[in-house]
Amino acid sequence: MREEIIISGRLNPNIDPHLEIWHWHIPLYLFLGGLAAGILFFASLYTVLGQENKFRGAVRRAPIIVPFLLIIGLAALFLDLRHKLYFWQLYTTIKIQSPMSWGAWTLMAVTPLSFAWAAIHIREFFPQWDWKFSILKELEKLLVKYKLYMAWIILFFSVILGIYTGILFSAFNARPLWNTSILGPLFLTSGLSAGAAVIILFSKRKGERINFAKIDIMLIGIELFLIVHMFMGFLASTEVQIEAANLFLGGPYTASFWIFVVVLGMILPAILEFLEIRKFHIPTVIPVVLVLFGSLMLRFIIAYAGQISRWLY
Amino acid sequence: MRYAMAIDTKKCVGCSDCVVACQTENNVPIGYCRDWVVEITDGTYPQLEIEIRSERCNHCENSPCVRCCPTGASHYEDGGIVTVTHNKCIGCGACIVSCPYDARYSHPEGYVDKCTFCLHRIKKGQQPACVEVCPTKCMYFGDLDDPNSDVSKMLKKRKYKTLIPEAGTKPHVYYLI
Repeated sequence: MREEIIISGRLNPNIDPHLEIWHWHIPLYLFLGGLAAGILFFASLYTVLGQENKFRGAVRRAPIIVPFLLIIGLAALFLDLRHKLYFWQLYTTIKIQSPMSWGAWTLMAVTPLSFAWAAIHIREFFPQWDWKFSILKELEKLLVKYKLYMAWIILFFSVILGIYTGILFSAFNARPLWNTSILGPLFLTSGLSAGAAVIILFSKRKGERINFAKIDIMLIGIELFLIVHMFMGFLASTEVQIEAANLFLGGPYTASFWIFVVVLGMILPAILEFLEIRKFHIPTVIPVVLVLFGSLMLRFIIAYAGQISRWLY
Repeated sequence: MRYAMAIDTKKCVGCSDCVVACQTENNVPIGYCRDWVVEITDGTYPQLEIEIRSERCNHCENSPCVRCCPTGASHYEDGGIVTVTHNKCIGCGACIVSCPYDARYSHPEGYVDKCTFCLHRIKKGQQPACVEVCPTKCMYFGDLDDPNSDVSKMLKKRKYKTLIPEAGTKPHVYYLI
């Protein structure tokens, strides 16, 4: 029997026996960033479409959590850095070829915009809110006046933010599992689906909830299509990508991926949302939590499995 | 000028002198390494072949680590040597993830570290520490653009390979086979 034994003298921590340099911080951030992008996308979309009053949950209520999501996400990113005091070096250059660089700049644009958006809608939750200082009141007036322009800018950046979380991974040719351009659209769709789910939770009007349940089902359908497409691509590719796909098709991540991400995170909530539309009584929170769980697990599993997948030489 | 290294797998005995020399020369922290030895046994008994390789950063011409670095800390020096500017590195780990050879590691002080082809020695006209110390003289270092350099002469004379050429990185460490 032909055998190949490879003995490597390298034993660098976090590299050997297999790469594990990115821990929970990165997938958590990717989830929160994707969710924030999803909520902001629908908020700005319905503002641009002039349907703000019809979709108050999407435009005025759900975006209140976005600044918190982004702050927690940014804190996770900061914790992940190993040379923390130099983090400002990110903002001394723009490197187009590095998704992390333009992602950092996108966050720089999106975070203050999300604060502004939440601020001008704060009376949705606190009707008596008073900004106290005249400069803040003036600023609010200005922001409200230019809200439509702000919506257009947020619409643009929310798509960039949502897709960048996937492109961040797909830019690494060294990790065959990540090296597929499907990851960008997949993570964007997953973020939009999570965003739609959260909007369902925040919405007070039944019509709006039904609308977003329909959107969510459609997005889950697209996600499933993209996942199948991703595996077809892997299996038709080189040996390293076939091995990467096998992590999910019989390998160590098979059960967690198909059960947590696909069944519990996509198919089951889609069925529950469908039943809800068909007027069955389903507690709204169940499909929402399932979608969020699936979205989080997708990032965790892709992040960890990707670090195991490697070139053979 | 394009610096490169050629390593003779037929002469290398896997003694790890290059590893120790590098650790000493570059103050590599204990438990880490910038270069390492890989031993591959391949075949069907009793027809077995052994290849021993001293591996390190390949100083690729198309470096994924330079491309993905968000701050420009990973960059090309003169002669195509890939190095990391420590006080520009934020320790995000993107370059570690991007390297198909896993040649980089996170230094305990936070920045990312790797082989520099002993740039500080090259500037003084010396050879990299690993090349200098090799007891079987199986490593050759020099400028690919200079036809009279040790590395150019060896590559002209011998068959060679690079590691994972299909990754498109255009490595500058050649293995003579």
